[in-house]
Amino acid sequence: MDLYEYQARDIFAAHGVPVLPGSVAATPEEARAAAEKIGGQVVVKAQVKTGGRGKAGGVKLADNPDEAREKAEAILGLDIKGHITRKVLVAQASDIAEEYYFSFLLDRANRTFLCIASAEGGVEIEQVAKEKPEAVAKIQIDPIAGVDLVKAREIAAEAKYPEAIRDAAAEVIVKLWETFVAEDATLVEVNPMVRDPQDKIIALDGKVTLDDNASFRQPGHAELVDVQAEDPLEAKAKAKDLNYVKLDGQVGIIGNGAGLVMSTLDVVAYAGEKHGGVKPANFLDIGGGASADVMAAGLEVILSDPDVKSVFVNVFGGITACDAVANGIVQAFKLLEERGEQITRPLVVRLDGNNADEGRRILDEAKLPGVQRVDTMDAAADKAAELANAGV
Amino acid sequence: MAIFLNENSKIIVQGMTGSEGTKHTARMLASGANVVGGVNARKAGHQVEIGGKQLTVFGTVKEAMAETGADVSVLFVPPKFAKDAVIEAIDAEIPLAVVITEGIPVHDSAYFWAHAKAKGNKTRIIGPNCPGVISPGKSNAGIIPADITGPGKIGLVSKSGTLTYQLMYELRDIGFSTAVGIGGDPVIGTTHIDALEAFEADPETSVIVMIGEIGGDAEERAAEFIKANVTKPVVGYVAGFTAPEGKTMGHAGAIVSGSSGTAAAKKEALEAAGVKVGKTPSETAEIARELYKSL
Repeated sequence: MDLYEYQARDIFAAHGVPVLPGSVAATPEEARAAAEKIGGQVVVKAQVKTGGRGKAGGVKLADNPDEAREKAEAILGLDIKGHITRKVLVAQASDIAEEYYFSFLLDRANRTFLCIASAEGGVEIEQVAKEKPEAVAKIQIDPIAGVDLVKAREIAAEAKYPEAIRDAAAEVIVKLWETFVAEDATLVEVNPMVRDPQDKIIALDGKVTLDDNASFRQPGHAELVDVQAEDPLEAKAKAKDLNYVKLDGQVGIIGNGAGLVMSTLDVVAYAGEKHGGVKPANFLDIGGGASADVMAAGLEVILSDPDVKSVFVNVFGGITACDAVANGIVQAFKLLEERGEQITRPLVVRLDGNNADEGRRILDEAKLPGVQRVDTMDAAADKAAELANAGV
Repeated sequence: MAIFLNENSKIIVQGMTGSEGTKHTARMLASGANVVGGVNARKAGHQVEIGGKQLTVFGTVKEAMAETGADVSVLFVPPKFAKDAVIEAIDAEIPLAVVITEGIPVHDSAYFWAHAKAKGNKTRIIGPNCPGVISPGKSNAGIIPADITGPGKIGLVSKSGTLTYQLMYELRDIGFSTAVGIGGDPVIGTTHIDALEAFEADPETSVIVMIGEIGGDAEERAAEFIKANVTKPVVGYVAGFTAPEGKTMGHAGAIVSGSSGTAAAKKEALEAAGVKVGKTPSETAEIARELYKSL
């Protein structure tokens, strides 16, 4: 989960990383009140999970509370690369002497953590890395040893931070490492990390990504989810404990196993090229078990998507045999019927693998309304795309 | 031969007495795998009957190894306790630890990987979040269904469980030396490259099928490895061409970030290394079949 800047700032503050006074506002009036409390010049910043806010007019200075209200009014509701601004961060305007870059992140390739740091901050680090690779330090961090003051000083030196502030920076770096570990983050980025005229180091803007797998030991993280920005279908699926991602096509997809479902989306998209350009409408992995309850819950979510014109159920019987999956589908239909759900759109079911013959027989005998059986993945995808195109 | 797992493998199960552990221990036994015991500190000394076999629950991996001669551990330990369980397996220096558990925090995986490295990598870790490894007709460590196909000359390595089953099924007429599910997490022990290297050296493998998916750059690195080191024919498949940027697609590691980790880039890298890449799983199986027949 990616956090908003104001959430990252709160997390930094909680772990002792120096940040400037500020607070988040959802209305112009709240922004005015925030500016009044902070006093003096403030900066009003759009809270969106994308870069390029400044260029899009999402970051503005305000000299007094009334101006802060005006600026907030202009920024709230702004569409920045498809992200609607619902909140602004009102923060004390800073005196900047120098800007640096700093981050801790997961290094998948080396199966460890990486620190990227540079004395050239405030701009896209990818750009700096391309134009002046020697200005960007990349240091592997041993997850067991972690980052203490000694290591942090090493990092500050390698990053070529000015000597006068290396000790101050090292202290902040240790706190950022503590944040990274304590919060189960996969990214903690500060850009810019600022040196003020008094040689104090301040985290001016931050980006934090949290590991969803750690939610069992991070009870506070659930509150950081922006429910308002969530897709309503994704929220509905999440409430049912389904692994669902909304896409923008017309063929609803249900499958078992993440890899097989990703593959199903691709195969449907290829098939769609021949059928009016229809595309997959969603990712939905119902897991290895494919029980009737999960199948019913999945169908319910997919059928509540008005864009869906046909549904492709693609199950490979591996651990669960196909007869059990077929029974699951039959029972799912019964469950949906009992709940008064109308299955008005055609379903293409492909069952293959363990006990496929028996599974197919069960499906055929059940004569479920609108259900067609196609026995290979490619042919079934083609059929589902054809039906979706006919229904568009 | 086969890779990582053979007819002499002796398997213990960490988390054997849990529901998943019990279910899959029974399945492993039914498929002919030599499961010799389990580990659970709280049930040390107990005897359990699984699939008609009396199995001892040992207090530690070390004790289980000493008593049974086990050289493989399969872990069904819940995410919360997985880090400690893997570290225990590493400290006992068991040659192979297969981590089935899904949902382990990546800080824990990075930690136990660093621990394994510090201990000289005496334990090969497969997973986490993987279906395990099967050498059909010889042994089976994990949850891959043993009845899909039998022994043969194809070696398969995949990030995805169900795509592994799908390809094994499509190529069931030829059969497999070993199929390895390396897992869909961002940090995994055994990589595509490790499996490719082992298949290249395995006389029982003649064609290699490699399945990848979006996220990270493991496939790109595997492509470089293939170009430089693999003489056997390799067939590739990559899932996730239609995945949107920034969304996790089921597997914790399956995410396109900005322009990195895309399926298109992976396919391109593999093809540049001379790997034939199928457009669908069926087409991939077809290419593998043709290559096998032409040998």
